[in-house]
Amino acid sequence: MSDPARDALAAIERRAVRHVGIAFGVSALASIGLAVTYWTGGQVQVEGSLLAISLGALGVGFVLVARRLLPQGPYTEERDVLPSTDTEVEAFETDLERGEGWLTRRGFIVRMLGAAAAALGVAALFPIRSLGPNPGRTLFHTKWRRGSLVVDEQGNAVTVDTLDVGGVLTVFPEGHLEVEDSQTLLIRVSDDSVVTRSGREDWAPEGYVAYSKVCTHAGCPVGLYQQDVKELLCPCHQSTFDVVDGARPIFGPATRSLPQLPLTVDDDGQLRAQDDYDEPVGPGFWNRGR
Amino acid sequence: MIVKRLARWFDDRLGASGFARTALNKVFPDHWSFMLGEIAMYSFVILIITGVYLTFFFTPGTREVVYNGSYEPLQGVTMSEAYESVVRISFDVRAGLVMRQIHHWAALLFIAAIIAHLMRIFFTGAFRRPREINWMIGVSMFLLALGNGFTGYSLPDDQLSGTGLRIAYSVALSIPVVGTWITFLIWGGEFPGTEAITRFFVIHILIIPALLAILLTAHLVILVRQKHTQFAGPGRTDRNVVGAHLWPTFMAKTVGLFFLTFGVLAALGGLAQINPIWLWGPFEPAAVSSGSQPDWYLGWLEGSLRLLPHWEIRAFGFEIPNPFFSGVLLPSVTFGVIYAWPFLEARFTKDRAEHHVLDRPRDRPVRTAIGVAVLTFYVVLFAAGANDVLASRFDLSVNQVTWVLRGMVLVLPVVAALLAYRLCRELAALKPEPTMVTLERTASGGFVEAEVEVEAEASS
Repeated sequence: MSDPARDALAAIERRAVRHVGIAFGVSALASIGLAVTYWTGGQVQVEGSLLAISLGALGVGFVLVARRLLPQGPYTEERDVLPSTDTEVEAFETDLERGEGWLTRRGFIVRMLGAAAAALGVAALFPIRSLGPNPGRTLFHTKWRRGSLVVDEQGNAVTVDTLDVGGVLTVFPEGHLEVEDSQTLLIRVSDDSVVTRSGREDWAPEGYVAYSKVCTHAGCPVGLYQQDVKELLCPCHQSTFDVVDGARPIFGPATRSLPQLPLTVDDDGQLRAQDDYDEPVGPGFWNRGR
Repeated sequence: MIVKRLARWFDDRLGASGFARTALNKVFPDHWSFMLGEIAMYSFVILIITGVYLTFFFTPGTREVVYNGSYEPLQGVTMSEAYESVVRISFDVRAGLVMRQIHHWAALLFIAAIIAHLMRIFFTGAFRRPREINWMIGVSMFLLALGNGFTGYSLPDDQLSGTGLRIAYSVALSIPVVGTWITFLIWGGEFPGTEAITRFFVIHILIIPALLAILLTAHLVILVRQKHTQFAGPGRTDRNVVGAHLWPTFMAKTVGLFFLTFGVLAALGGLAQINPIWLWGPFEPAAVSSGSQPDWYLGWLEGSLRLLPHWEIRAFGFEIPNPFFSGVLLPSVTFGVIYAWPFLEARFTKDRAEHHVLDRPRDRPVRTAIGVAVLTFYVVLFAAGANDVLASRFDLSVNQVTWVLRGMVLVLPVVAALLAYRLCRELAALKPEPTMVTLERTASGGFVEAEVEVEAEASS
């Protein structure tokens, strides 16, 4: 005689088993497909999809097993009391005392051990110094020198005819292409010499103004020149600098003007630096003003 | 049976049957939010699996080479060994690209799951005694995961990651007194140096993963010792834990979750392109790229760098540069407060008792409001990390967007906190209709629920 309730349960279980079997089967097929894909040359979308099916079907199978075929509980487990009993704690403290009491009675040994450990610890820190050179005055100057020839990124000399008014060019000192701290933005703002700030009367011959391209905020290359308003914009954090006013920061987090490179024109019409920047380029640091 | 014989063999040598039986019977309470930590853990496993594969092909060097692989637009271009090897992994190593993309997606999911898990712990008060230690271990893993995300992101030596490194260098340089030394020791000299990629590689594949593995082990051992928290419910108290046994039900469920997590990441890795470094090009210090955003989990730092006005401190020739406040101080305070939270809250609530039954967020309106305010603050910073993208998308000037966001970062957290507080109060006031249950004692001494119609008045 059949029990309808038990039959229904058995049917549900049979169906669950079938679904799990299908899931694992799909996974196996996808894995075989994955191997074939790899063997025949590989293709990223196919690999990803098949791997996803292979793993996902396994996951579905396991979840189906957990939810439909395994005991659901709920089961209850009592928690242990986390703190130990006073007796246990006291026994522990007594045993700890065995070593600690011995040590505290012999303070001389403890002090000498402390000295030895401290000395070893300090000595072990010294090799860290091998990781890098002393910063010294490295951050205070660039590769620009008195008379450095201004060259573009290909190393070609820049002459007074290179840029039209409104033109921009990234330049380096000759022989130091792509040196990070020496990258300089050359902008031709007019046909005549311009004065961006008092004391810089002869720094911008023929309208060529040169500023450090390293942002004074976080060091990104300040490369976006907006010709209509004569502003330089840093693409990283949107610091904006006024080109005709000594690259004074007018918006964003930058606090300092971009350092200006004093230029001159030699007898061949080539641009040269009068000297290095007169202040450290790039982002600030603790002793920048010293 | 083979399993039984094997178990007997081990027990003869280790005497572990008692312990193993306790482990099999460990009870896991069931709630969807308890899976967030599991997803983080499985992401870590997937990161190791895919990461080991990538390690076989990656070259952590900055020596310049000329590319001659199969990606035509870069042929003949001079680039670092690191960049060249990542392009090679992407185009010439079979299954390389799918592994790389799964790895990147898994890193994004890893940190997302950690943050979601952290939020779950926070809003339900699961950090309260006795779980303060595990809270701090978890926060440490969060920090390490951020560090591993950033170092990994930097390894391909592409234009985007190079810009990220440049900013990280400037932020490190801004640390008072020791900033220049720290940067010179990490980078082996002035930026860009030749050492960063090699060193970040060691940090990324050895040091941080090893620390994470150690902390993860401690996290789980402590979890087993203290047992799980659980939400309130019939038969659930601070003295017990109610759920499914580890073996076999929870085991099958969590193995299923691992495969599902891996499956989703595989689909993303295969179908959703991520960090196509061959489009960014090799890093050149002078090259400009606008619209450059870091991976999502550092968006808040990028945003704080963008939003902070032009403030810095200068005196006697010394200075504390602007990026220090947004790039060093803010994260230090953030993580300092997160570490200290369990102790701060205990100090204010005077609640130092053990808790194993979780709060619902509505039952702790002040905590929930603070949490929502802090989250809002970082979400606004995250949005600010893409202020240029927002500006071009909505056709506004970047300056306008920045000013609006500066206002929002101060105002929105307060508004959100007030709203959250109000919502908690309203939700808590919505008591469910009380139900009265009549029990009848049976002959054998047990109790059964008697079906009785309850009058509405009788319940009030």
